[in-house]
Amino acid sequence: MQDFKFNIYDLSSFTHWVDVSLYSYCTPFWAMMWEMIIIGVAMLLFYAVIGLFLVYAERKVCAFMQNRIGPNRVGPYGFIQTVADLVKLLMKELVIIRKSDKFLFYLAPFIVIIVNFMTMAAIPFAKGIHAIDFNIGVLYIMAISSMGVIGVLIAGWSSNNKFSMIGAMRSGAQIVSYELSVGFSLITMCVLAGSMQLSTIVEGQSECWYIFQGHIPAIIAFVIFLIAGTAETNRGPFDLAEAESELTAGYHTEYSGISFAFFYLAEYINMFIIASIAATVFWGGWMPFHISGLAGFNNIMDFIPPFIWYIGKTFVIIWIMMWFKWTFPRLRIDQLLTLEWKYLLPINLVNIILMALIVLMGWHF
Amino acid sequence: MNGNQFMFYMFASVIIISSILTVTSRKILRAAVYLLFVLVSTSGLYFMLNYQFLAAIQLTLYAGGIVVLIIFSILLTSHIGERFDLIKPQKSLFSAIAVIAGAVLCIITILNYKFSAGQAVAREVNMNIIGKDLLSMEYNGFILPFEVISILLLAAMIGSIVVAKKIKK
Repeated sequence: MQDFKFNIYDLSSFTHWVDVSLYSYCTPFWAMMWEMIIIGVAMLLFYAVIGLFLVYAERKVCAFMQNRIGPNRVGPYGFIQTVADLVKLLMKELVIIRKSDKFLFYLAPFIVIIVNFMTMAAIPFAKGIHAIDFNIGVLYIMAISSMGVIGVLIAGWSSNNKFSMIGAMRSGAQIVSYELSVGFSLITMCVLAGSMQLSTIVEGQSECWYIFQGHIPAIIAFVIFLIAGTAETNRGPFDLAEAESELTAGYHTEYSGISFAFFYLAEYINMFIIASIAATVFWGGWMPFHISGLAGFNNIMDFIPPFIWYIGKTFVIIWIMMWFKWTFPRLRIDQLLTLEWKYLLPINLVNIILMALIVLMGWHF
Repeated sequence: MNGNQFMFYMFASVIIISSILTVTSRKILRAAVYLLFVLVSTSGLYFMLNYQFLAAIQLTLYAGGIVVLIIFSILLTSHIGERFDLIKPQKSLFSAIAVIAGAVLCIITILNYKFSAGQAVAREVNMNIIGKDLLSMEYNGFILPFEVISILLLAAMIGSIVVAKKIKK
């Protein structure tokens, strides 16, 4: 039995304490089971809280962009508006579509949610809060997030509705093509980091974030990642899959109640995941902002706990993505594919070569 | 039963049940989804073996690539009401014989081989080694198959463009 330890700056001592005490109380099998349950419940809670908060944040940001006030009745500044919405969605009837493929119809939201969870498992939230640290972390995230589209495609097909079908097809074409750009921009950063393990990538930025270390190619990769990531989450200006004015609600037209809420939530969590990958790979994740040589400044920065750094960076990127959505008009499908295949992909390929050159010549900081 | 065995039996049962459902389902998209379950569980087995690179590649290529393409083509071609016809008893008799023969052959082969538990500790496969081997020209390098495959893929791509192109008269 170890003493209880809790250090906000290094949570690995706390997780280690939980681990050791569980193994001292139960058999290894049950200790592992309890750990899995604890992590699962913690993830679930985090997921729900972040989802609700993001929906609120989106409505507020949208309101400010359009010179409105936004939700302001339920709770202070309308803060628990989304909780009320959730309760409403939970109590709504699940409409059963008679001529749909019911098994696939109810499976689709779960595929989307499971994919979200599997991605979140590999994200380093703070020092020591990292469910699985694969040595291929970046590859794993790319692999898992490429499966989210399956849920969307199945949802569109099994609803037996033309709007849903068109929405699903668009979203499929969009995600399959923009995945390339997301992957290539992450590969560019892997070249600089020399590793695909997310913990190593974060540690490597203790002196200086990668976006500054890799200067020109890193900034190009960051911009491409933001564009392609926004497209991958099916958000505006790339929200062709659910373009309200053309397709009612796209692939989730036929969904109601909580299964609609699953899609809705998954979309916001996807945005959160994309933002947190961007924050981890480009802006150093939970690593505080350091300038090498300025010890006093670095100490002040170290005073802010890592989790706050992580959440802060992620929310700055989320805010940029919301800004995109509420200021740019929606693209047409041909413009969307032209942007990816004729502009982003060639730029990306050249960018990788440029980054390799810079790393080989030692021109990075 | 320890955790590893528990996970193994879980993955194995998902693989077996889903692969049977894949071939018996009469709705084509359901068959594709069951195939997805099989492929994802297989990658789970790779994760259990600590070979994370192969597991992630399995997910990217098979689950994220091939299954998405299959589903995409089903979406383009088939309608939701469509079902496969029931197979004639004659045909299913022959396929049952073929299946049993294949299963017997596999089981005999497996039983002939004496599996012994390895003594070595499971270790992580270093990504740097994989990367260097993939592009090395040394004895165990993979640069030649890598290039051959990329030429093959290029040829396939050009071929499909030629096939899909409209013929001008």
